[in-house]
Amino acid sequence: MKKVFSRPKSLKNVAFHYCAGCGHSITHRLICDAVDQLGIRGITIGVPPAGCAVLAYNYFDMDMLEAPHGRGCAVATGIKRTLPDRVVFSYQGDGDLAAIGTAETFHAANRGENITVIFINNAVYGMTGGQMAPTTLLGMTSTTSPPGRSAILDGHPIRMSEILAQLDGATYIERCAVNTPQNILRAGRAIRKAFQYQMDGVGFTMIEVLSQCPTNWKMTAAESCRWVDEVMAQTFPVGVIKDIGKGERHAD
Amino acid sequence: MDKTLISGNWACGEAAIRAGCRFYAGYPITPQNELTEYMAEHMRQAEGGTFIQAESEIAAVNMVLGASAAGARAMTSSSSPGISLKQEGISALAADELPAVVVNMMRGGPGLGNILPSQGDYFQATRGGGHGDYRTIVLAPSSVQELADLTMDAFDLADAYRNPVMILGDGMTGQMMEPVVFGKPRPRHYSEKYVLKGSGEGKSRFIRALILDALRMEEHNWKLVRKYTVIAQKEVRFETFRTGNAKLVIIAYGIAARIAKGAINRLRDSGYKVGLIRPITLWPFPAQIIRDTAERIGKFLVFEMSTGQMLEDVQLALEGRARVSFYGRPGGVVPTPAELAKAIVQEYQR
Repeated sequence: MKKVFSRPKSLKNVAFHYCAGCGHSITHRLICDAVDQLGIRGITIGVPPAGCAVLAYNYFDMDMLEAPHGRGCAVATGIKRTLPDRVVFSYQGDGDLAAIGTAETFHAANRGENITVIFINNAVYGMTGGQMAPTTLLGMTSTTSPPGRSAILDGHPIRMSEILAQLDGATYIERCAVNTPQNILRAGRAIRKAFQYQMDGVGFTMIEVLSQCPTNWKMTAAESCRWVDEVMAQTFPVGVIKDIGKGERHAD
Repeated sequence: MDKTLISGNWACGEAAIRAGCRFYAGYPITPQNELTEYMAEHMRQAEGGTFIQAESEIAAVNMVLGASAAGARAMTSSSSPGISLKQEGISALAADELPAVVVNMMRGGPGLGNILPSQGDYFQATRGGGHGDYRTIVLAPSSVQELADLTMDAFDLADAYRNPVMILGDGMTGQMMEPVVFGKPRPRHYSEKYVLKGSGEGKSRFIRALILDALRMEEHNWKLVRKYTVIAQKEVRFETFRTGNAKLVIIAYGIAARIAKGAINRLRDSGYKVGLIRPITLWPFPAQIIRDTAERIGKFLVFEMSTGQMLEDVQLALEGRARVSFYGRPGGVVPTPAELAKAIVQEYQR
């Protein structure tokens, strides 16, 4: 019998602490798949965030350095500039990357730091219990926007991928989702491609992942997967947002 | 030995590079800009050297965190308001047990304050500064030569104890020019096992400060305390100046101690028996020499360019054994030796 699916070697054989239906565990596996496929486990250093993925080092079987909240891109910059031949990625949620760490993210992208950012956008602060995130959709309820996010009172959801794509240092930015098998495969390819860009020394790469959070969205896992397509993707359309193009080698 | 006439900020940068510092990230703030600028020019020339003008002091210290974990001798510098921003990263460095050197050329505060020499950050520097139970080693130079020497020592101390070390200077130490003889580069003693560089074929490692289990977090705290206890036993530094037969001893650090020496020399010429104890390490604080001195001298005067911060450490050291008075000029005022001498005489004659 042919084995078509297995746990990536770079993913530790332990149970995830994530809620049922959460997109983090899928994204963890995709990163590990990409690392395995590229054969870079031994030279990869990850930077987990504060937030639900703060314990990511319990799952990724590769060297990791925890960053203070929001500082993933600064910490990754320090590692990468010191060890330029390593593959360095930060893994950050929407609050981490688009609120408290906006400056660090923006300027790392602008400097064209040769790092990869995996940006988990689930439109909510998960770990702290479902508060409004910078990416919370208009009208969406959260514990700190109980009547629904109001543009007048709370501002608008931030499209970080589109913003960062404006910067000359950013070379490849794609927004993916992990709500369907097809989207998961696409996200996996995007993450691998971002790592390849980094290995070629091209510059800043970021993969945004629309990630379902059934617990804080107060939905079933299946409902949350549908909601990504039907609602969330209206504000955050999936697709390649910027790609300076690196030839055939990186074609999907 | 070549003597170089050089400003404190430049000397600090040159000493850091000679000590093997190969990663510097900083953000402009007066009165330490010359240090950032020196690094911009010279770190790029050093083999394997990285200079980054960060987007903020917060980013700079977190870059240092990453570089330190990845094995670089790393440094950042700033002045008072910027050091407040760096506290998050200093706390993380202490928690992660990573070496780093942080330079604070203090200016007047609180808030934005001004850009003049001050010593208002003593509490912040010696009590950890950020959140949580931790300590940083704090070195207080009182001349450009000493700033250069302590900068080199700071990297060795940071490595030896895998802990952030702060150089606590001020706007005057940073900007005045004095002749300096730079120390020879020394080999680095830092085990590769602490360096995060990718696991290779081996077991993966992680460095983190988050420990959710209370008992394990408590154990980590006690582990740090055991380290701090060793530091407190082994690394205390101070200078005594003309304390023999003194009736009153001034306690001052950094540039204030320079002023105090000027005042003491004048007063000694006029027959006043006054001396100085100058803490060089502010943490660990040289409490023992102060206690020992109190065996034979009953009067101390603490002089700081603040409203009285080290004063509390002196009082703690003395535990009521001697009379302690205070003279301070906060907010960027730098008193003259003559002004200080007047205050000393008043206390002397009391």
